Amino acid sequence: MFSYCLRRTLAAVPVMVVVALFVFLLLRLSPGDPAAIIAGDMATPEQLDRIRETLGLNQPIYIQFFHWSGELLRGDFGTSLMSNLPVTQLMAQRLEPTVSLALLSIALSVVVAVPMGVIAAWKHGSLIDNAIMSLSVLGFSVPVFVTGYILIKIFAIDLGWLPVQGFKRISQDGFGPFIQHAILPALMLSTIYIALIARMTRASMLDVLGEDYIRTAHAKGASEKRVLFKHALRNAGVPILEVIGTGFALMITGVVVTESVFNIPGLGRLTVDAILSRDYPVIQGLILVTSGVYVLINLAIDLSYALLDPRIRYQ
Amino acid sequence: MATPLSRRFSMARRRLLGGMAMMALLSTCGAISSLAAAPAEASTLRAVMHSGLRVLDPITTTAHITRDHGYMIWDTLLGMDDQFQPQPQMADWSVSDDGMTYTFTLRDGLKWHDGGEVTASDAVASFKRWAARDGGGQMLMDHVASVEATDPQTMTLTLSSPFAYVLELMAKPSSVPLFVMPARIASKSPDETLTVEDQIGSGPFKFVADEYDPGNRVVYEKFEDYVPRKEPASWTAGGKVVNVDRVEWINMSDAQTALNALNSGEIDFLESPSVDLLPVLQANPDLTIEKINELGSQTIGRFNFLYPPFDDPKIRQAALMAMDQEDVLASLVGNPEFYSTCDSMYGCQTPLATDAGAPDSLATGGGTEAAKKLLEEAGYDGTPVVMMQPTDAPTVSPQPVIAAQLLRQAGFTVDLQPMDWQTLVTRRASQQPPSEGGWNMFFTNWYIPEVWNPLVNPMLNGRGKDGGWFGWPDDAELESMRNEFAKATSDDDRKAIAERIQQHAFEQVTYIPLGEYSIPAAWNNDLSGILHSPVPVFWNITKSE
Repeated sequence: MFSYCLRRTLAAVPVMVVVALFVFLLLRLSPGDPAAIIAGDMATPEQLDRIRETLGLNQPIYIQFFHWSGELLRGDFGTSLMSNLPVTQLMAQRLEPTVSLALLSIALSVVVAVPMGVIAAWKHGSLIDNAIMSLSVLGFSVPVFVTGYILIKIFAIDLGWLPVQGFKRISQDGFGPFIQHAILPALMLSTIYIALIARMTRASMLDVLGEDYIRTAHAKGASEKRVLFKHALRNAGVPILEVIGTGFALMITGVVVTESVFNIPGLGRLTVDAILSRDYPVIQGLILVTSGVYVLINLAIDLSYALLDPRIRYQ
Repeated sequence: MATPLSRRFSMARRRLLGGMAMMALLSTCGAISSLAAAPAEASTLRAVMHSGLRVLDPITTTAHITRDHGYMIWDTLLGMDDQFQPQPQMADWSVSDDGMTYTFTLRDGLKWHDGGEVTASDAVASFKRWAARDGGGQMLMDHVASVEATDPQTMTLTLSSPFAYVLELMAKPSSVPLFVMPARIASKSPDETLTVEDQIGSGPFKFVADEYDPGNRVVYEKFEDYVPRKEPASWTAGGKVVNVDRVEWINMSDAQTALNALNSGEIDFLESPSVDLLPVLQANPDLTIEKINELGSQTIGRFNFLYPPFDDPKIRQAALMAMDQEDVLASLVGNPEFYSTCDSMYGCQTPLATDAGAPDSLATGGGTEAAKKLLEEAGYDGTPVVMMQPTDAPTVSPQPVIAAQLLRQAGFTVDLQPMDWQTLVTRRASQQPPSEGGWNMFFTNWYIPEVWNPLVNPMLNGRGKDGGWFGWPDDAELESMRNEFAKATSDDDRKAIAERIQQHAFEQVTYIPLGEYSIPAAWNNDLSGILHSPVPVFWNITKSE
């Protein structure tokens, strides 16, 4: 298994190099000039030239690339052109809100969606199945910001139970304030994943429930609960896990709308801000880290298959 | 082997999930009850400003949020009061009889946030950095023989040729104000932006570096050693008395979220609420909705003088005749309570306000036929007007759409090109032809203090491709009149010259002023003492329990 992990990790290196090169060139070839953005409205052409020189943006692209690559190999993502702060510091500041919100949302999604999917499959064709699938379609169809505003209206404005915006860190403020601020955004974010995971669970369960070993389990007198959760769900688990893993990766890389509606300082807003201000080092750093996260999460998903299906071996 | 292990995992997972759910439930209940019981922090003022703070150097950038940050932590040598008069702030001054030597004396008790004493050397270094960057400062430096610290408390400015606008430029409240920084920081090149470590000032608030999250949150603490002036506060002049312990600026990119936060009391002050949402705020009796920047902003259209069709003054005049401020403002702002047409390039509530040279049709339209006639006389050949239209900035999105329609009605061919604001900011710096990445026309907005006289108004700069503002008119006559203005000493002379300049600027159509607007701010009624000022300031404010 160790050599499998090592090979998978090493295989990601050329991917990351291509991503780095691609992102670097794409940014330099797209319109936008950080010097003009920093200087503001009153800058003259000479002032813009001088700021470009100070930022090193007047050098040929290949020199800028080698300079950045050299720093990267030393583990340095560079310095933000706008705030003059290290990119790693900016990303670290935004990591906790994003990761904690993603974990909470995915936990909420799994806890709600998997039983919903199992029940829908168990009661296939019934009113319950139709109700769950209708809710699932609704979850897919309603834009997340609409869900967010409805939740805010009910729980924050009308009932006054929860704050309308903001974020508290577990590391600084503790779990209580964190959950108080994160529960509404997590609910908002979960709706679409609950819909997705419930549908996937139902489809996988329906495939498995038609298998011979399920009939055998029933014939042996196993309870319905045991058949559903012990025999069927476990065998239907691989595609469900895939959806959960991919959903988690998407959340980790930033959920801009949720972060904007609830004013959460996460990686999504950092990415959008960096793109709008053409803050090249920040954009490059974020995309590289995002690529790395995807590689690691995919590896974790692959490795977790063995927990569900002992026939899977890693070579 | 795998099955029992898996079962153990499964049981453990179940216990973990159950535990987490219980913890979440308990914590939520606890949090909700603690929310209800939490006392208000009366000494912390939470504000949502018009944008997030990202660049920390108010000299390098002209971004208004950075200027506002500058007023928090740095002080200025002079301030300006609501009568448009320069007043002493860090320094008092005297002028020699011949008007060629200005002596600035620092008041006692000025300290840096790190404990050092403010000296005249700091003021000199700050003056030089500011003058290297600011348009008005550069003009002033053309007339300066020397600026030096003649003793630790005294800065002496000696002119090489007469220039009567020294104090007004040094006291101007908006981009770029002359903030005084420690000499070691002010000695940096103005092209190199300041860092977090450089945020040391002598102003009424201290920057809290540990809590700074660029683009999201910035925190200031009261500077206990700050000694305010005795005079009452007025704009940026007078005593900067701080009555709160902390000020937090929280950036909210979503207008609805900011409104909800103000309505629920999570923030105290909203600088720039969306006009569409104002009725919701006005319905809340716990809030005050009021204009604090009564001078407001001017929205403008600017031509590129380098390429056809706007290299021809007659065609620029046709475009001027085609415009209609009322149409543009109605589309931009909507509610007439918050906008007004204005024929003055210097703003309509300023000492230099004049309608000299403005066509009658500018305010409310009716010049289309005259525009058609001018186009015919000019022999306009249908060369398309490449008009840049930012689609992501609500304060500059509508103007190009309305202007394009007005120009088309007059017979222009308009190529309206949508783009994001930052692309526009980059592209307007291009002096290439419109077909090669250049442009013919764009729109932007200015705070009135940034246009209120011919020296600071960047659109009245006639220095051409090498020293002018985007569009680059090369106009020696305009420059000559600006120099004349800089030397005028009486208010009557200044007013007369400013009128001539505007008359000339309308004849040449250096730009088109498209009217003024001022959006009110909103705050909780537990705040009092909010100053009316062209820039938002946080001294003088009291927050009650």
